[in-house]
Amino acid sequence: MTTPRDTQDLIESLAADLSPARPGTVPLRIAASAAVGGAVALGLVLVFLGLRPDLRQVAAGDMMFWMKAGYAVVLGLAGFWSAERLARPAGSGRGGFLLMALALGMVILFAAIRMMRMPPEMRMPMWLGQSWDVCPIRILMLSIPTLALALLVMRRLAPTRLTLAGAAAGLFAGGVAAAAYGLHCTETGAAFLATWYSLGVALSAALGALLGPWALRWR
Amino acid sequence: MSVDLEPRLNALMRRAQAGEAAAWRELLSVLAERRAIYFGRRLAQDHAADLEDLVQETLLAIHRRRATYDPSQPFTAWAYAVARYKLIDHWRRRRIRAHVPLEFVEDSLWEEPDLSAEARLDLERLLVTLPERQQRLIRDVKIEGLSLAEAGARAGMTEGAAKVALHRAMATLSSRTRAT
Repeated sequence: MTTPRDTQDLIESLAADLSPARPGTVPLRIAASAAVGGAVALGLVLVFLGLRPDLRQVAAGDMMFWMKAGYAVVLGLAGFWSAERLARPAGSGRGGFLLMALALGMVILFAAIRMMRMPPEMRMPMWLGQSWDVCPIRILMLSIPTLALALLVMRRLAPTRLTLAGAAAGLFAGGVAAAAYGLHCTETGAAFLATWYSLGVALSAALGALLGPWALRWR
Repeated sequence: MSVDLEPRLNALMRRAQAGEAAAWRELLSVLAERRAIYFGRRLAQDHAADLEDLVQETLLAIHRRRATYDPSQPFTAWAYAVARYKLIDHWRRRRIRAHVPLEFVEDSLWEEPDLSAEARLDLERLLVTLPERQQRLIRDVKIEGLSLAEAGARAGMTEGAAKVALHRAMATLSSRTRAT
């Protein structure tokens, strides 16, 4: 099979245009979307929700505060890992999604153990807390800046599985949003975290998966 | 893609990522040929004229998005995923306008090298008894050698739906073979 003349010309001009590739382009760009999106989410928390009044005390060593923060950060990292792989042709996001499942499993296990040790009449109030009805939707809202930026950035890379790549971007953005929301939220139940935080991040991932095929299509 | 090509292409890609134009030229030339074969097999009947466009678009995408290649991963898989993405994108855009002249389809059917004319005729007689969607699936997957995901994208369904539809079509065909 011979290559037609104009394809050969194209190859010549592309070779002439070659510049050394910068390693780290993919992770750097995706991380940048979290830096900017996370800052916006933080601003939204400060302006519309306010920091929790006891932030200084709980930050000094409250276990539930740090568990919420840690869970959010691990989910965000899992999403980052998947998105970083899925932004490349033939990339597999399996590692990140497995990390997410592992983190979710551990939080659920921890919540179940705590629930069992609790008097039965305490279980419902701890599970629903004061804010179960607003927590997931707020996390979803706070994830939108990061999600939008991550999708824009990934579109300029080369995702080939768009739904999965969108879900990874959503997981990533959801983790960032949950971390920011943890600075406002005063809930202390492990079951609250396992359910409503997870649901908020899942909504963000679902939104990403929904938008992926449209927002990530590149030419 | 043959396995022995991977080390050679991977080495070329590493040199190209370091900025060596000669390596990039050589790599793109190999890819141009390979992609032409890849698209040629899959475009077969309807859009053979688009083959060179697709090759060039793929080369351009590979060039512009070369930073997304991770040197620790297989290069051939990366380059194939780009080609496959471009092919599916092409079908998606063409589906709206795709009208294939019947005689063109018949011509290219006769040209298939792997079936004798007689078997081909029998198969044709059986195939036309199926709904058009199922006919197309069988042609795409069993004759053209497309993957289920590719054939599904071409017909506008998911891989899972294509699998079910193909399974049904094959079951119908085999029951008809037994009946005749």
